[in-house]
Amino acid sequence: MRFDPQLAEFRFGYGLSPDVAPPASVDAMMTRLTGPDRMAQRFPIEGFDQFRIQLMGAAQDLRDRRRKERTPEANTALIEGMKELRKTARMGKIEAMGRHLARRSRTDDALRERLVAFWADHFTARGKAGVEKFASSAHVESTIRPHVAGRFEDMLIASTTSPLMITYLDQQQSVGPNSPRALKTPKDDGLNENLAREVMELHTLGVGGPYTQDDVRQLAELLTGLTFEIRNGTKFRKDYAEPGAETVLGRSYGGTDDPNLRDIHAALRDLARHPATARHIAHKLAVHFVADAPDQDLVDRLAARFEETGGDLAAVTRALLEHPASWAAPMGNIRPPFAYVSTVVRALAPDPARLHPDGAKPFIRQLEANLSRMGQPYEEPNGPDGWPESDAAWLTPQGIAARLQWALIAPRQLLGDDLPDPRDFVLKTLGPRADERLKFAAGAAESRRDGLGVILASPAFQRS
Amino acid sequence: MSLSRRAFLARSLALGCSAAASPLLTPVTFASAPWDNRLVVIILRGAMDGLGTVLPYGDRDWAGLRPGPAVGSAGGPLDLDGRFAMNAALADLKPLWDAEELGFVHAVSTPYRDKRSHFDGQDLLEAGTTTLDGSRDGWLNRLLQVSGASDPSTAFALGRDNMILLQGRAPHSNWTPEVDLLMTPQALRLAEMVMSADPAFQSALGEALVLAASDGDAVELEMGGNMMDAMKGGGGGHKALASFAAQQLNGAARIAAFSLGGWDTHSRQERDLGNALGRLSETIATLRADLGANWDRTAVLAMTEFGRTVRLNGTAGTDHGTGGAMLFAGGALRGGQVVTDWPGLGEGDLYAGRDLMPTRDVRAHAAWVMRSLFGTSVSDLERVVFPGIEMGAAPAHLL
Repeated sequence: MRFDPQLAEFRFGYGLSPDVAPPASVDAMMTRLTGPDRMAQRFPIEGFDQFRIQLMGAAQDLRDRRRKERTPEANTALIEGMKELRKTARMGKIEAMGRHLARRSRTDDALRERLVAFWADHFTARGKAGVEKFASSAHVESTIRPHVAGRFEDMLIASTTSPLMITYLDQQQSVGPNSPRALKTPKDDGLNENLAREVMELHTLGVGGPYTQDDVRQLAELLTGLTFEIRNGTKFRKDYAEPGAETVLGRSYGGTDDPNLRDIHAALRDLARHPATARHIAHKLAVHFVADAPDQDLVDRLAARFEETGGDLAAVTRALLEHPASWAAPMGNIRPPFAYVSTVVRALAPDPARLHPDGAKPFIRQLEANLSRMGQPYEEPNGPDGWPESDAAWLTPQGIAARLQWALIAPRQLLGDDLPDPRDFVLKTLGPRADERLKFAAGAAESRRDGLGVILASPAFQRS
Repeated sequence: MSLSRRAFLARSLALGCSAAASPLLTPVTFASAPWDNRLVVIILRGAMDGLGTVLPYGDRDWAGLRPGPAVGSAGGPLDLDGRFAMNAALADLKPLWDAEELGFVHAVSTPYRDKRSHFDGQDLLEAGTTTLDGSRDGWLNRLLQVSGASDPSTAFALGRDNMILLQGRAPHSNWTPEVDLLMTPQALRLAEMVMSADPAFQSALGEALVLAASDGDAVELEMGGNMMDAMKGGGGGHKALASFAAQQLNGAARIAAFSLGGWDTHSRQERDLGNALGRLSETIATLRADLGANWDRTAVLAMTEFGRTVRLNGTAGTDHGTGGAMLFAGGALRGGQVVTDWPGLGEGDLYAGRDLMPTRDVRAHAAWVMRSLFGTSVSDLERVVFPGIEMGAAPAHLL
């Protein structure tokens, strides 16, 4: 296998940067990935605990005050206070969007950013109401990012027991039908299978996996008790837990007089190490990074590596980088909109201050609407299965038209009047992947703005 | 802005049209449509609760299953036929029911069983097959295939969702009314040129250029933000979709498909189901108003991936179930009836002891509607459009 530094940036990163040299080898990529997370230090995004305590906690204070005082003043304070909190949370979301873009633009470890996005999508979770709607980045920073070169089971446990996942998949109020709580107030609460189902279907075994409706129900019963409190975070409520042991995929969990979170962890670890999980993850990685119809040997190799190492994600990622098929496939995958936007930002290499809401209001303020037009409303996937992987899902008339429209305005928004010469730009950012037509278009445009826009909207920029 | 988007657009398109060499505009012809009748398929994503939509209040086992206001009370469900009542959120459609332009099919499902996954359930509903093995084209696309429809403007997938329903070999169009192309003619020409090396990009851009001109351009640029919010939050985007669908169907299009979300009512479903049904109601009302005289030649089918549990869960919602309901509307069908082979709600009547038992394949209903609208042969329907299905006897909702 001949290592291709530029293809490494296109396929496993966010394309070429005029300022950052591409990696020289697989070893160099792995050294960076397993080394310190320098981008997280340089462009910090607050973690979930901070978000929970500051924003969700403040909302809870307002609700508590109204409940206690029952006065019109407390009511007004709640309404006005919530408005303010939502504004703050929304601004935090936009700021974090700018930080994601800054990381992707300046990093020499773009693979890490791609893996964060991949795993965040694999474990899709989002808040459904109130300030939690704006918690996605904080959640990913705490739950996903620390584990992308760690163990799959640790990421699975972090995800499944995270407050955002717990609310997203309705675990919060799932109560064992024979639990002390249900026996005391029978009508109040009941079992909810949603989280258990998605853990098996989406996060571990895959929908074709060897589980039945009964396994779903058993895991749902095992998960009862798993909930969270705004002020304290994830919590196990024994009074919600279904008594007795549960059998998931033929193995028994719990059953002691003392139901606890460790039993849930044990079941999740077994699901994480299941061969069906290895195959599911291997296929997904190969589709995401290489091609919609990936090489079978590549998938088999990744699955084998996953199984051998008990889900060591650094080892699996290295296997992906070392397999010849990862480098042989043509650039066929279409970057989803936010990845596409990131690639454009990396190529234009603006001062990171321009990505802050205070620095470049038009860019960031309009970006959410533009992403929606491209078909990917920011941090608002349709369901727990995340964004589509298939190229056809993104290669639609409106998606392509929206990208083209945006590509024409983005350079001015990010660089002001100081636009690079399109003829140099096309060579620096696409290298040998700039074909003759593209080079011609770069020189034939009426303005730098149009020339850059046409290059940025070209298939070579959108495929990886 | 001084120059209206319309003017921009006119310039762009004038360039495209005058350039006889441009291959991008040639696929669109204005050939006459293969049929006069129209079909709109709405996919209700998230699993609509059939029992909360059309309440079987005449069933002896109904009482106590779903607490709520009494049928016929103020703000309560509306009686339909003494056996069934419809959710109050559909009240605006009652005149359509009375005019026999709205009806329901109850206790139906796709062949999907047991795993109760939204994503697989929706994929199967749109694929129209018995299992998800093999190819992933949609049943509306296969209808186009057997009909020999070759004009992409005959069938439209609308909105931002990826509709498997219309994917496949037969040409069709995709569009969401919120996108327009604003650029100089020269930039457009160059964009066409750089995309010409990549056929998939070339055809997507070509289609976009035609569609950007045909969506009426009714929204001014200043309103773009509101329009986007509407699309995202469901605060009116569904009406824009319905309106655009009607506009296309009044022209060359005969088939339109889009989806509505918000049906996954795991908790507090009284509120959430009401909101989702309200949007569906407005969608149908918009279609009817904007289709004008063509409403009489239109059938609307609103289908969902599966039903929900018969009993409420512990969070005043319902979980994923099996048998559910389909809503139908339009002058080309006989409404004013709930078509069902009702299975009952007793303990032994339920599927797996928890779900409404499906008594007929929802695809059979869709197949009969296509037979009635387009004259598609039973053998094409049973072998190609819905492979392996037995259509059985014609249901009562055909004209």
